[in-house]
Amino acid sequence: MKAVKVLGTGCANCRATVQRVEGVAKELGVPITMEKVEAIQDIMAFGILATPGVVIDGKVVHSGSVPSREKIAGWLGSGAELAGAGAPVTSGCGCGSRG
Amino acid sequence: MNADLTLTNQRPKLFLIVAAAVWFIAYQALIPVSESLTALLPVDRTSPLGGALQFFLYDTPKVLLLLAGVVFVMGMVNSYFTPERTRALLAGRAEGVGNFLAASLGVVTPFCSCSAVPLFIGFVQAGVPLGITFSFLIAAPMVNEVALALLLGLFGWKIALLYMVLGLAVAILSGWVIGRLHMEAYLEDWVKNMPRTRAVVGVDTVTLAERVQAGFAAVRAIVGRVWPYVIAGIAIGAAIHGYVPQDFMGSLMGKDVWWSVPVAVLIGVPMYSNAAGIIPIVEALLAKGAALGTVLAFMMSVIALSLPEMVILRKVLKIRLIATFAAVVAGGILLVGYVFNAVL
Repeated sequence: MKAVKVLGTGCANCRATVQRVEGVAKELGVPITMEKVEAIQDIMAFGILATPGVVIDGKVVHSGSVPSREKIAGWLGSGAELAGAGAPVTSGCGCGSRG
Repeated sequence: MNADLTLTNQRPKLFLIVAAAVWFIAYQALIPVSESLTALLPVDRTSPLGGALQFFLYDTPKVLLLLAGVVFVMGMVNSYFTPERTRALLAGRAEGVGNFLAASLGVVTPFCSCSAVPLFIGFVQAGVPLGITFSFLIAAPMVNEVALALLLGLFGWKIALLYMVLGLAVAILSGWVIGRLHMEAYLEDWVKNMPRTRAVVGVDTVTLAERVQAGFAAVRAIVGRVWPYVIAGIAIGAAIHGYVPQDFMGSLMGKDVWWSVPVAVLIGVPMYSNAAGIIPIVEALLAKGAALGTVLAFMMSVIALSLPEMVILRKVLKIRLIATFAAVVAGGILLVGYVFNAVL
């Protein structure tokens, strides 16, 4: 069982991250617990500078973008190939800011 | 696409050279193609409709192509400047030099307004002075790749460069002034009470192929999001070009109208439009007699000062500091507007 936390104040990229992690876990058959950390004080306790952040078993593994499916599979500790893997990191900001 | 991906992964340098060549050829081919397309249309080129159509047909592909190119390059550049590295560069800097460095790094560090709060706290926590943090926070949204690409496409490189230099100047100066005012007391209490951290940077192991992928990801994310605004903006701009009489804006936004600069800033602040939609319209207004200083001030206030961002920052700043921030930046923008209208 992996304990996954997604850190983010509820922006579009944070929701996309939650969905992608859950999707990959399901596909690989890895059981996880998902916790969304949305309060800014709690997020800052992890020391990240950009959201969304991903914490696995208490350790920050990622921040600042929606992680790629390959990366997520790596964190979940499985070398299994993903069907149709390939969507890379989206570095852009999906939160409706100006350009 | 698969062949593409193989090339980007295995020979990233070769791919970049080929991509640059293809982009350049496409850009060169644009004018003749749009000219011949407009010639095919059953409208008179000198009629308002013909003028508007030609503007639209030429400018839309040109701006989108420039946008894709600039966003791709910035996506790659961004991969060299992580927020963590920028923070380490700024921690403990003296004011002055620090403000200049912060504003410049604001241009190249990936920034998203939804990350403004964690970034702000992370900077202050690691000992980046308040004024220097503000220089970064003002420059990052103001001088962004979408605004630069649109200015480059619609106004030419001189105005694009001018906007960048003035945007940096406003960010450096505003941050410096806020630093001088010593307003650390107006951070929210929980921010002041957070434990100090040290700025550490992880080892960078990003390959060139991964940077190319980051460029593509940026194009997908940013161009994929803003293209409808670009097209809508150019369509409105085209209508203004075709149908609004020459010098119509002279009486409203001309350089002899002293109140036009503050009014432009006041209208600009609550507008949370992205640069993509606003710049084509502004370009058309300029062509109809609006003064450059007024137009620059309007663009800067739309892009750099926004109510939603202030609402987000309210979580970490007390009202008085937010008001000071808005007033100082607005003051800088006003100065830019007036100086330009006086000089040009």
